[in-house]
Amino acid sequence: MYTFKELRQKSKHSVEGIKSCLAILSNVSTQFLAVAIRGYGILENIPISVYDADYNQIEMQLLDPCSEVYSFSPSSILLWLATDKLYEEFLDLPLEARSDFASSVMSKITMYWDLISQHGRINILQMNFTEIDDKVLGNYSCKVSSSFAYQIRKLNFMLAEAMEACNNVYPIDLLSVQIQVGAERFYDAPLYYNAKMTVSTDALPYVAKAVIDVQKALVGRIKKCVVLDLDNTLWGGVVGDDGMDNIEIGELGRGHVFTDFQRWLKQLKECGIILCVCSKNNEEIAKEPFEKHDEMILRLSDIALFVANWEDKVSNIRLIQKTLNIGMDSMVFIDDNPFERNLVRQMIPEIEVPELPEDPALYLGYLQKQNYFETASFTGTGLDRTKLYQAELERTKLMTSFESINCYLESLEMIGEARPFEESKYSRIAQLTQRSNQFNLRTVRYTDADIQSIASDPNYVTLYYTLRDKFGDHGLVGVIIMKKQNDDALFIDTWLMSCRVLKRGMEEYIVNCFMREARKRGYKHVYGEYIQTLKNAMVKDIYKNMGFNEISENNYVMAVDKYEEKKIFIKEIN
Amino acid sequence: MKRNEVLAKINEIAKDVFDNDEIELTEQTTAADVEEWDSLSHLSLIADIEREFGIRFTLSEISGSKNVGEFVNALIKHLDSK
Repeated sequence: MYTFKELRQKSKHSVEGIKSCLAILSNVSTQFLAVAIRGYGILENIPISVYDADYNQIEMQLLDPCSEVYSFSPSSILLWLATDKLYEEFLDLPLEARSDFASSVMSKITMYWDLISQHGRINILQMNFTEIDDKVLGNYSCKVSSSFAYQIRKLNFMLAEAMEACNNVYPIDLLSVQIQVGAERFYDAPLYYNAKMTVSTDALPYVAKAVIDVQKALVGRIKKCVVLDLDNTLWGGVVGDDGMDNIEIGELGRGHVFTDFQRWLKQLKECGIILCVCSKNNEEIAKEPFEKHDEMILRLSDIALFVANWEDKVSNIRLIQKTLNIGMDSMVFIDDNPFERNLVRQMIPEIEVPELPEDPALYLGYLQKQNYFETASFTGTGLDRTKLYQAELERTKLMTSFESINCYLESLEMIGEARPFEESKYSRIAQLTQRSNQFNLRTVRYTDADIQSIASDPNYVTLYYTLRDKFGDHGLVGVIIMKKQNDDALFIDTWLMSCRVLKRGMEEYIVNCFMREARKRGYKHVYGEYIQTLKNAMVKDIYKNMGFNEISENNYVMAVDKYEEKKIFIKEIN
Repeated sequence: MKRNEVLAKINEIAKDVFDNDEIELTEQTTAADVEEWDSLSHLSLIADIEREFGIRFTLSEISGSKNVGEFVNALIKHLDSK
């Protein structure tokens, strides 16, 4: 969040293209609020001209058709009756009148609305009410109608009801800002008594954000679509490796986190937000949980476009955007993988890419805090556009493009290393042979002891691969085991790779290294085989794509002296 | 933190708040000596100093300090009791 100081500095800049004029009317001083809103607007590229009237001028400004506020020709008026001031008025009432306090404030507010509406087409931004607990009857206050705690809550409820009936009134949920920031940090007593301002400079940026969020929605800058990753985003685990029955979803354990996340997404969909899936996966495997898993909240019918393949996500998001025919800036991309997030952010700057916390338990709170889905209307029915778009996809088949992916890969500063098996890695290597299902050519499973004996057997050539880039270390992501067939030939017994590092040249790097190793040892040919399983369709043609010759179905060979090293963007250590 | 260091820091903040690099506050400076120093910029100055030093002024310190020197006194008192 910006600091008040940043907002103040920015607010001094003169900007062009101001389209909205906002007048602030309040029972407290609002100079700092005006500064914060002005600054926030500039920073969020929605410059607003702000006029703040002196405090306690609401009636006079609204009753006089030639007042400063009306002369300013505002497109919106922000109405703010600060609770701190209301509290003083409340206590000045005789006890017997206090039970009617909420009603009397509410009728004052509706009078303000009427006056503004009579003057012309002006949006009313109405602040709701923060809370004060004066502890006068302790917890018991909650059920005593003549207490302030009771009346302020009643007032918030009455306000919500009244706003529901008024199309030109837009709430600013100041109460939720107080809750988010914390009551203690929200209020600054010395500032109030010195300058009649009730919100601390710590909290003002959050209030400004609320106002600017509503302004954005009023000019149509809203989010319409959420693009979702699957593995470790919508459920825990990797469906392609772990299998549908082993992904984490449902009330038990960590699954609960993902279930609640899906519940929230489902609600977004019901409110008219389009949900799409963009996942590096085999399509059938990726769809299976949506179709068959008992505890999934989201079903295929909730997803407008389901894109699961092995292309890069940038191309896939562009495909989704073209198919939906909406602006990139109205899309939010949610993915647990920092590599994917950075790639998308770099290639498509307009799209919103939240920097998800590492712990899935924190996804939901983090996303909710961003307030991406501000809106200026809600009809309640007929919002489900999902079916419409599902049909659209059937009609449209778009070519995906790669264009400057290479530039991105280069900018990653990837560093790879290939080494023969060594003792400290035996169990990690064994684990990978047991768990990798998708990028695994022959799916041979090995125990720790197997790996140990292979490593010390001169008839085997082994390599394990690690990769890191400027965003972090991916660790051990590739394994090669080649078996000597005769003095001239090696056979690739095992080639597996983690799907996390797909499509960044790791495949090519792996081949470069093992071919080099074969040459170094004087072999003339390297043979490879693909054994089909239910899950490894993605590597069916990998040997062909790497330039190997097919000798019979699923069997390939490469002559060592014919092999030309492939261009990659991974720097090699050894 | 020494008195002259505190004053130097306040000067730095004041230059930013008043948007004027020429400003040179001394212990004797009062708000009347600085053209840009009005009630609103006074509050900005307070807010930035509070944030920078991690302290909170009392109401009477905010409204009752006669010159920069008294301000420095108050600030040092808060820093010492932290």
